[in-house]
Amino acid sequence: MRISTDKIISLLFFILSAFYLYQTYQIQVFSFDEHAPFNAKTFPTFLAYLGMFLSTLYVVLPERQPSKVDHKVLDYKSTLYLIIIVTIYGFVLLKAGFFLSTSFFLFFSYYFLGERRWIWMLILSFPFVALFMFLLHGLLDIYLRDPFLKMLGVIG
Amino acid sequence: MIEGILIGLQTALSFKNILMVMMGCFFGTIIGMLPGLGPMTAIALMIPITYGFEPSTGLILMAGVYYGAVFGGSTSSILINAPGVPGTVATAFDGYPMAQQGKAGKALAIAAYSSFAGGTISAIFLLFAAPSLSKVSLAFRSPDYFALMVLGLTAVSAFSSKGQFLKAMMMVILGLMLATVGQDSLSDITRFTFNNMNLTDGISFVLIVMATFAMSEALTIILKAKDPSRATEQISLSQLGSIKLDKDERNKMLKSIPRSSVLGFLIGVLPGAGATIASFLAYGMERNYVNEEEKQKFGKGSVHGLAAPETANNAACSGSFVPLLTLGIPGSGTTAVMLGALLGFGIQPGPRLYMTNPEIFWSVIMSMYIGMVILLILNLPLIPYIARVLATPRNFLIPLILFFSVTGIYLMSFNNFDIYLMIGIAVVATFLRLYNFPMPPLILAFVLGSLMEENLRRSLLISDGSFNFLWDRPLTAIILVFTISIISWQAYKSFKK
Repeated sequence: MRISTDKIISLLFFILSAFYLYQTYQIQVFSFDEHAPFNAKTFPTFLAYLGMFLSTLYVVLPERQPSKVDHKVLDYKSTLYLIIIVTIYGFVLLKAGFFLSTSFFLFFSYYFLGERRWIWMLILSFPFVALFMFLLHGLLDIYLRDPFLKMLGVIG
Repeated sequence: MIEGILIGLQTALSFKNILMVMMGCFFGTIIGMLPGLGPMTAIALMIPITYGFEPSTGLILMAGVYYGAVFGGSTSSILINAPGVPGTVATAFDGYPMAQQGKAGKALAIAAYSSFAGGTISAIFLLFAAPSLSKVSLAFRSPDYFALMVLGLTAVSAFSSKGQFLKAMMMVILGLMLATVGQDSLSDITRFTFNNMNLTDGISFVLIVMATFAMSEALTIILKAKDPSRATEQISLSQLGSIKLDKDERNKMLKSIPRSSVLGFLIGVLPGAGATIASFLAYGMERNYVNEEEKQKFGKGSVHGLAAPETANNAACSGSFVPLLTLGIPGSGTTAVMLGALLGFGIQPGPRLYMTNPEIFWSVIMSMYIGMVILLILNLPLIPYIARVLATPRNFLIPLILFFSVTGIYLMSFNNFDIYLMIGIAVVATFLRLYNFPMPPLILAFVLGSLMEENLRRSLLISDGSFNFLWDRPLTAIILVFTISIISWQAYKSFKK
């Protein structure tokens, strides 16, 4: 017997709901709240049981339209690379500051996706980020941490 | 009342105030287009500027910013599937598919016309019905609100196509579970944080919406880049900026606008409900209203599906001024900021406002109408240029969408954890979308989660732990009957054959 991926996802949702229920019982409520009609555990408990009930229904009931995904045409490799680039961007954003990290992130992402028009790649990275920073920092007075620009004396 | 309207018109039509509305609409649109910066932020940014003005001028500026930001949010929803505010999430359901089909200009035009109509019609309602509607809004109690939210969540089952009802309901539960992360609002007990300080305040709405819509969309485009079936989805660049609607599209829009305006306004009047619930309910209502052929187009670029939530969210914006101006109760986060501004001017909103400060009460109402006209005049000519965003080559557009997503989160929290969390949720959402698990129910459930828990808490405490509150009040019972009917109908449709 072959189980569809939809049912496997529902099974995972059942496990998630069971874990959520377990975590709900770990919530430490105040002693005077323990037997109150409603405390911090009440709503999550309803949700956990409802989640388990719905996922069981999906697993048990016959499936009429299982989703069909052709994995051969999906580009997992490029997607994974892009996720890694965004994660690195998130990691260096606070350390290197907004301007440098964002400009390099944009530049390398364009390059990685196959773009080779260098002038456009440059315009849509460094000057674009500078303009964006000016809009936020200069006009709207929204603080953007940037040790690099601070060191150069561009921002205060 | 006529005297009041004339006072309002006189104040709103002064050169200075018209200039303020224009500035407000313009800056609001720009700020609203930036992910992470919604009307609330836009208005908050304007508060220091307005303190130099007369109260009516300051409020007029803020009302202009409000409408502009809501329209700006719709623009990013339609063009890059990145709704920056909850009220424009439903706009993306059909606006984005329409833009993908090379009709970005039309989608933006429908959004502009619908917003204008919704805002205008509800401004008229506001004019005549504000005092009496404030009494209606006070009649709603916690059990009614709880039932209304259950109805709103059930209505999302209407969004899911045949056979997807259970998947949509699972997404609702997942959204509600995510909403419970962080401190409990009453006891301050932390829940599901795994001792991580970054989760103490819960997960932000912008993070969830950016992860499940914008970032997940960008990842899906890359994932399916080599899919031959996607090759047919090439955008016709020559048609991108066309804002001309044909007769059929105009008729469809004109049918959706009146009913969505009424619904949006009435939902907006209820404190705490607001534009988000209004737009989702209008979308669900519209889908159930149209014929079977039109129903199949929902989620694939339906004119009804775009016009309804756009009309309703603007109508709800006007409606939310009813409890603010007549009762002093802000109906949404945005009007709460405006309440703060009013108090800053030394004005106490409430039942006596339109007697003690008629020029403020009526000029805000009149300037809403003028703001709508100006928003339309300002934005219509810009649509062909705004729509060209989609003509940006994929190699540039994808990194820019990712940049806006990350920046939206960075601007809110300034920490790495939220960015990693967003990436994690985006990866899971991309996988779930691949298997047709719908994201809109998750978003709505996440938005309503804390409100729903709060109202359930109050209802259970009042009824001493008994669930009798569900049928004790006729209003609650009626709303629940609607909910049960929707569930039964969807279940019947899913399981027949």
